[in-house]
Amino acid sequence: MPWFDYLKPLADGAWITVQLTVFSTILGALLSFIFGIGKLSDNWAIRAVSIAYIEIFRGTSLLVQLFWLYFALPIAGDAIGLDLRLPPVVAGVAALGLNIGAYGAEVVRGAIQAVTPSQYEAATALNFTRRQTLWKISLPQAIPEMMPSFGNLAVQNLKDTALASLISLGDLAFRAEQLRNYTQDSTTIYTIVLLMYFGMALVLTAMMRVLEASVGRWRGARS
Amino acid sequence: MLFGITWDTSNGDLAFALSILPILLRGMVVTIQATIAGFAIAMVLGLIFAVLKSVPLKIVSWPTIVITEFFRDTPLLVQLFFLYYVLADYNIILPAFATGALALGVQYSAYMAEVYRAGIEAVAKGQREAAKALDLSASRTFTHIILPQAVPRVVPALGNYLVSIMKDVPVLSVVTVLEMLGVARIIGDQTFNYLVPLSMVGGLYLIMTLVASALVRFVDAKLPKRGLPFK
Repeated sequence: MPWFDYLKPLADGAWITVQLTVFSTILGALLSFIFGIGKLSDNWAIRAVSIAYIEIFRGTSLLVQLFWLYFALPIAGDAIGLDLRLPPVVAGVAALGLNIGAYGAEVVRGAIQAVTPSQYEAATALNFTRRQTLWKISLPQAIPEMMPSFGNLAVQNLKDTALASLISLGDLAFRAEQLRNYTQDSTTIYTIVLLMYFGMALVLTAMMRVLEASVGRWRGARS
Repeated sequence: MLFGITWDTSNGDLAFALSILPILLRGMVVTIQATIAGFAIAMVLGLIFAVLKSVPLKIVSWPTIVITEFFRDTPLLVQLFFLYYVLADYNIILPAFATGALALGVQYSAYMAEVYRAGIEAVAKGQREAAKALDLSASRTFTHIILPQAVPRVVPALGNYLVSIMKDVPVLSVVTVLEMLGVARIIGDQTFNYLVPLSMVGGLYLIMTLVASALVRFVDAKLPKRGLPFK
């Protein structure tokens, strides 16, 4: 097979990789804000849950989490009489999102804490409620500071999607392995695949830069 | 049975967990070995890349920047398959463990190069000027003036990568390295009980990362803040 014949099946796989990346990054971003803000809550129960989530998902390996959701969760569900068998795509998106969300939560927490204390003093002086302070003072200033780290995490997440191929999800890495088994042409296939991942990472980095620039305007916004 | 140790599947989950613990600990030893090997390779390669990146010749620094960016932006799993299959095609047969450690080292060398570079750039300019005034050669300046001051600054950042490498070791199980997760999967495949071994691996991982983080903080506290003592 000439090398360009590999492109069609690999492109199909790359499309799955793109979808996996998009969905798990969105899930991860939601979890980042929920648990990053939760870790700063006054309510000890919310704080405890947030810390537990962050420590568990940052402290263990993504592949362990993925296998746990895919292989172990159905057995745990069985024991309590629930059917918790997840299709590979759900297990993949969930594991990737939960994992990257834990890292993102620390970014969110750090950025909110890095907003200068005088901003909070001013908010108190102006009699803002806690909710108003969060939405109108903390987040608009903190989000631009989070963006560079979020960019790195998004690329990290794109790379991590390759692990989903190990629970038989038909992404780029999975297609590469299939093609290799079929043709034995490892060098060509894996070179193309590495370049495709590299290209996707460059595009993703550029997109995150655009996003970073657009939320960067909030930094100085006074309205 | 694995590593000559049998498991007990007939006396409940607790007995099963206790019977497979020694097997998982065997796997953990391999995990730790792979972590250390990968970290060592990454430290050396990363330093080489950092030096090449800071060479004033564009013909050296630019390709290095592209290569490290490439290493950093492609998945470890695919790099690992590349090394595992492609090296074999050219008759370079490495044991699975060595291939895995090399892949970890390559991936993380790209991250570490950035860390080293930041540390090297953070060394005060006066130090280089003083070295020049004393007529030290470029290599001597680098090894005796710059590095001893740059390294202690970057230890905490490098240490974080030690923990990251440890969490990436399970990927090596796909090329038949029998680290902790690989072992747990074999046990799961043979007993149809994935819940106990995989949950135990999760718990053991939490312990390992906590210990490793504490170790990094300890080493960081022991290092002199203003640089290593001069010989």
